[in-house]
This record gives sequence, structure tokens and C-alpha cells, in this order.
Amino acid sequence: MSSHSVAQVNLKKLRPYGDIMDDGVVQLSFTLPVEATPEAREAAVQLVEKMGYEQIKVATMEKAAHGFSFFVIYARLKHTVDFTAIRVLKVEAQKRSREEIDELIKTRIGRKLIILGACTGYDAHTVGIDAIMNMKGFAGDYGLERYQWLDARNLGAQVQNEDLLKLAVQESADAILVSKVVSQHNIHIRDLKDLIARAEKMGIREKMIFVSGGPRLTHPMALECGFDAGFGVGTKPSDVASYIVEEVLRRMEEKHPSQQSKTLKSQKKSKSSQGSAASRRSE
Amino acid sequence: MAHLKLDQKLIQKCRKLAKEIADPIEELIQTHTTVSIERSVLRLIGIEDALREPGGQYYPLVNIIVEDLKKQSVLSRGVLYWFVNGLIATQLQPQELALAVAQKKISLTGLPQAPRKVVEALCRKLCLAAKQNLIHQRNQRDQLRRELKDKFVPSGKNGPLLYVIVATGNIFEDVIQAQAAAQAGADAIAVIRSTAQSLLDFIPHGATTEGFGGTYATQENFRIMRRALDEEGRRLGRYIRLTNYCSGLCMPEIAALGAMERLDFLLNDAMYGILFRDINMKRTLIDQHFSRRIIALSKIVIHTGEDNYLTTADAVENGHQVLASQFINERFALNAKMGENLMGLGHAQEMDPEHPDVFLLEIARAQMTRDIFPQAPIKFMPPTRHKCGDIFYSHLMDAMFNFVGVLTGQTIQLLGMATEAMHTPLLQDRWMSIKNAKYIFNGAKGLGHEIQFQKNGVIEKWSQKVLKDTHRHLSMIHQKGLFQAIEEKAFAEVSRTETGGKGHDGVIPRGSDYLNPFFNLL
Repeated sequence: MSSHSVAQVNLKKLRPYGDIMDDGVVQLSFTLPVEATPEAREAAVQLVEKMGYEQIKVATMEKAAHGFSFFVIYARLKHTVDFTAIRVLKVEAQKRSREEIDELIKTRIGRKLIILGACTGYDAHTVGIDAIMNMKGFAGDYGLERYQWLDARNLGAQVQNEDLLKLAVQESADAILVSKVVSQHNIHIRDLKDLIARAEKMGIREKMIFVSGGPRLTHPMALECGFDAGFGVGTKPSDVASYIVEEVLRRMEEKHPSQQSKTLKSQKKSKSSQGSAASRRSE
Repeated sequence: MAHLKLDQKLIQKCRKLAKEIADPIEELIQTHTTVSIERSVLRLIGIEDALREPGGQYYPLVNIIVEDLKKQSVLSRGVLYWFVNGLIATQLQPQELALAVAQKKISLTGLPQAPRKVVEALCRKLCLAAKQNLIHQRNQRDQLRRELKDKFVPSGKNGPLLYVIVATGNIFEDVIQAQAAAQAGADAIAVIRSTAQSLLDFIPHGATTEGFGGTYATQENFRIMRRALDEEGRRLGRYIRLTNYCSGLCMPEIAALGAMERLDFLLNDAMYGILFRDINMKRTLIDQHFSRRIIALSKIVIHTGEDNYLTTADAVENGHQVLASQFINERFALNAKMGENLMGLGHAQEMDPEHPDVFLLEIARAQMTRDIFPQAPIKFMPPTRHKCGDIFYSHLMDAMFNFVGVLTGQTIQLLGMATEAMHTPLLQDRWMSIKNAKYIFNGAKGLGHEIQFQKNGVIEKWSQKVLKDTHRHLSMIHQKGLFQAIEEKAFAEVSRTETGGKGHDGVIPRGSDYLNPFFNLL
């Protein structure tokens, strides 16, 4: 055994890493609405101290505009977290490929699942929903329109909640995907909650799977809004499809329990798990 | 500067096709008006106010007046006929009459009708005065540019103009951001509009402090920002340009307000509203013409929205859509008496950063845009689609974008933001972006004059391919006609129908007695 061993990460006291284990180095940048002066620099240092840092080094202070100073700072974080105690709500679904999902729907459900997707309310930013639904998909993962056993319809931008629900009832949709990008004044949260409230009023909340996605959304936030699942940045179409097919099957099981349920590896949607697990689907 | 060897005959053919595509639309434009055009002429003759509604909202007088006439099915004569007749009958000042009509104290159609010639004479007088006002505002603006030794040249030979965006939702906070950006080195500021605004069939009134993803475009907001930038410009010894957005159901009105408040740039695209906001085709095409007539008189530079094609469809595969749209926008602008020096045709650097040879392809596309539209103040827009939460990588993408921009002689460079995928820019994001651009524009200035493109190299071949694809695309559109082509997804993989979309009911056939001298005066 070498006497020069490298420290292993202490999961009970997890800290940022610069280039040496436990050095706690963090890079920060921010603007103060005061002129770039020695006093401003001192103020920046004191603020960073209050944030729980020490060994604070101001890499630069720049005049960003009259009355504004911009800082880049390196410092050591005093705080730690116990990584072993972290519990995160995640979408739990076995990651399947498009072919596997198509096969599963064909054999276990026997009809195309109808999925409606849209940006709702004032939101006109369809890049996300297009990435999930359009045939081309995202990062080599084909969109839902490409699946043989999904009837996926991208309704595009600025769809009103009531119109979306009306259409969902009319088409007997199995799942609704709501994409929310604009989040100023928490409009995304309000619109999402409004959709669920309307669905409940119409008596269709339990009849469909409600999924939401967006750069400012997480699974816990979506659950809080009354949705079944939430997806954030980096979500691939097959992530969404994997979840939907498992959820459809799970609901079918609940309605008509059978021996086959034991062979299906799906788990309950709100199961929490150890932070050290490989799955990164919570963000 | 290094130019690409492009097939000039093919370029001419494309222009000819664009002309033949746009020509049939002229008939539609000459025989119709819209509620927005009618509202805009009232604004041009000075009607600015709004009425407070029971809910606390302000609704513009011009909307109330025009809606009232539309309900009575008399708008085919034009609002000016009824309004000017009203001035003659009541002897009130225009603002007073407008208020009285809006408050339902006077009915324009209930008044005695003066002889046609008398109405026409007063109408012409008012329109001439309005035109004089626009020219006066233009002169004021040009005077300040001279005073501040403005170096902007449409061909871009003095280097790209640094253009940035503010969007806090509060015009007063925007002023702070805008002045800070100017201090950091920005030459042009755009105030992004609140997300819903293009679909509003009225222009909000007064200074506004709340918006979603942007700040409402209002006449008062234009004034506030223009004044702030004039002051800042004087302090800095540099003229700062102001931009806003015409797109939507109020194109002619925003153009009128922009002209009256001395804006410099206006987003104005012949097809954007149709494709991306599902506004009725006929409404958009008729509106864009009148709006561009106003803009041409005021010598405001229009910016077109071809960047949008590349945020929905793949940028590597769809360069031809951008070029085809640029030819069409150019033709519609020429038809509105606009010179090439006012056409800020748009394009963008949106290819997948991991695509092989991506910079050679981007350079090809940017250079061909420059070469095909040499007199136009072309506007180059930054990566957005492939921006990500890794702001450091995003910042690098913007550096490469700036490099391509200065190399290929772009006129207007809309600077990218490292935090594009995160939020509307913070002061520090904008500062960082401007510093990036200044570094590269200064360091690589004139690089385009030092190089030549390899004959039959990757770059030249790509530009020739895009040109050929564009010619084919325009031929297809020409063969089908613009309306049918759009219905069959010629642009942005979007289908729109001739009578579908918002605002169709605001299209009104002109009567044989239609009165609107602006069509002759502008």
C-alpha cells in the first residue's frame, strides 16, 4: 500500500470539489448595484462570507455600467450536506427504447395510445414540445410522432386549457403533455394548476395521464400542481414514452389486477430513492 | 472583402420568381384595408388617448371608433371619411371628437354628410400635416445622428453594429438596463414585447410596468425609452438606436407609433405573423404593405424574421427557406417603396454545434447572405436553439458567432447571451456578451478583406447548393402560388389556410368610395 493515498469523498459531509478532495472551492459571479470601488469589493467579500464561504479571492471586479460592478469570486464553502440522506422525488419508469415501447403497447394494450401535446396559455415557445413530439426528436432519440403505437399530436403554441381538455375528451386521449417555458411571475405554475382544476371539474382527471415539462419544471413541482409527472431539461422523447406506457399499464392493472402484474417491473410513480442511484431523471 | 462565387443568373432568376410570387398579392393589397390600417391612420392624425374601462383597463379611442364603424358595416369607406366628416359637422378638434365618439356622445354615421369634395380637402390637409410630422420626426432623429457622428452604414463596411435586448416587463427597469448596455458598448437596443402582445388587436396604453417575458409596446413606452437613449447617447457621444416589433395584429399601428416616436429599427416581416402566430394570411399581407409604406417614409430600417425558420426546422437542412423568404421579403419591401438600404433581412447561426464542419457551413450561409444583398443592412442573429444551461459553452458559441459575423461583413449583429437557455438577460450577461463582441470585432476587423474563399472548397460548394435549393423552393412556391404553398408547408413545416388564423374578420374590402390619402402621400 502506498503511503501517499488520495482522500476518498466523504458522502456524509459532501462539499464542492476544485482539484483536491474536500477543498470546497466554488466559483461565483454576481453584480452589485454600486460603482466598482474598494468599498464595493469589500461589500462583495462580506456578502460572500455571509453565504458561508471563507478564503475568499476576488478574481475580478469590473465596471459593468455606471453604478454597477461585476464580480468573479473564488471561495471555499464551509457548509456540507449529508449525501446519504438525500431523498428525491423522481419519475420512476424503466428506460425503454422506442422499439421496446412500441412492442409493449402492441402486445399488452393492443391499440394506439393517443397523446396530445401543447404549449398552453400565452406560451409560444414550442422548442421543447417539438423536441419531444416531432418525428425528428432530440439528440438522436426520435419523437413521439415516430412511434408506431402512439398517435401523437402536437397542437403547438398558445393553446387554451379549456380547448386542450375539450379536444382530449373528444379524442379520448390517454395522455396530455403540457409544455411550459415562460415562467415569469410563476405563470407556468398557475396555468398548470388551472388545467388540473378544470380537468377535475370535468370529471376527467383520473381518465387521463397528465404530464408537464419545461426548463423550469421538476417532477416534484409537477406533482404539486396536480400532475402525474414532470420532466425538465434534457428529457428525451423515450423518457416520456417509457413513463406513459408504464403508467397506462399500471392503471390497467389497478382496474383489472392479474397474474401478469408480477412480471412488469413498473413501480409506483412517487417512490423515492437513494441519492446515490444512477438515475438522473429528477431534473 | 472575400466574396463567394455565386451563380448570378440564378440569383436573378430567384428575384424574378419572388416578384412573380408577390405580384398577385398586390391586387389584394390595393383592394382591401384592415381594422389596423384604419386605426393607424387615426393615430397618424394625432388620436392617441384611451378610455378607462370598468375593469380598469385602458382601451384605445382608435379601437372604439373603428369597431363602432365596423359594426355598422360602413368601414369600406374608410374611417377617415367618417371622422373628417365628423370634424366638419361638429367643428371640434380631432382629439375632442375622438373622445366624444368613444364616449358615445356623438355618432359619426348620424351626422349630416358634407359634400364629398369638402371632406376630401380637409382629409388631405390632415394627412399632409401628419406626413409632415413624420418627416419632422425623421429629421430630428437624423439631426441627432449627425450631432453624435453616427457611423452606421447599411452595407456594414464600418463593422457590425452591436445590438442587444432588454425585457424586464417594466419600462423603467428596461431604461436602466438599456442605458447600462449602451455604456458597455451596445449600439442598438431592442425592447422585447410581452409574449401575448402580437395577438392583441389593440395597442395597450401608457407606460407599463408588468409584462410576461417582455415589456408591452406602447406609444408612451417608446417615448420613455427614446428619451432615455437620447440622453445616454449625448452623454456617451454615440447615437443609440431603438428597436421594437411590428409583428401581430397591429402592424401598421406599431409602424405609425415607431415613426412618430423616432425609432430606428422595426421588426417587420411579410410572413412571420402568418407562420408563427397563426394570423390570417390576407390580414398580414395587407397590413405589412401599409406598415412598410410608413416605415419607408420615415427611413426606418426593417428587420425580417428568418431566424425563426431555423429555430423550428433544422438549420443545416433549411438554409434555402431562409434565402427564399429573404427574396420574398425583399420584393414586398420594394413594392412598398422601400429602398434596399432599409431592408435589414434576417438570418441566424443555428446549426447544431456538433455537426461536422459546422463553421464552414455557417460561414457559407452568412457570406452568401452578404453577397446576395450587398446594400442591405442585414441582421445576423445568434444561436438560441442549441444553447444550454452550460453558460460557459454557450458563451463560446456566441464568440464563434461573433467571429463569423465580423468575418463575413454582417451589418447588424444581435448579440448572443450565454444565459439564453436560462432567463431574459441579466445586466452582467449583457455586459459579458458585449465585451465578447468588442474583443472579436476589434481584433478581427477587416479579416474578410485578407482572405479568399477556396475555389470549389467546402464553403463555396455549400453556398452554391443552398442557392440551387432556394431556386427550386421558389419555383415550387411560384408554381403553386403563395397561399397554396403556405398551406402545403412551404415554410417552417407549418400549414396555414387562406381564411384561417386570427384577424381574418378585420380584413375589409375597400368600397369604390374608400378615402385614405396616405396611400398616395406616403
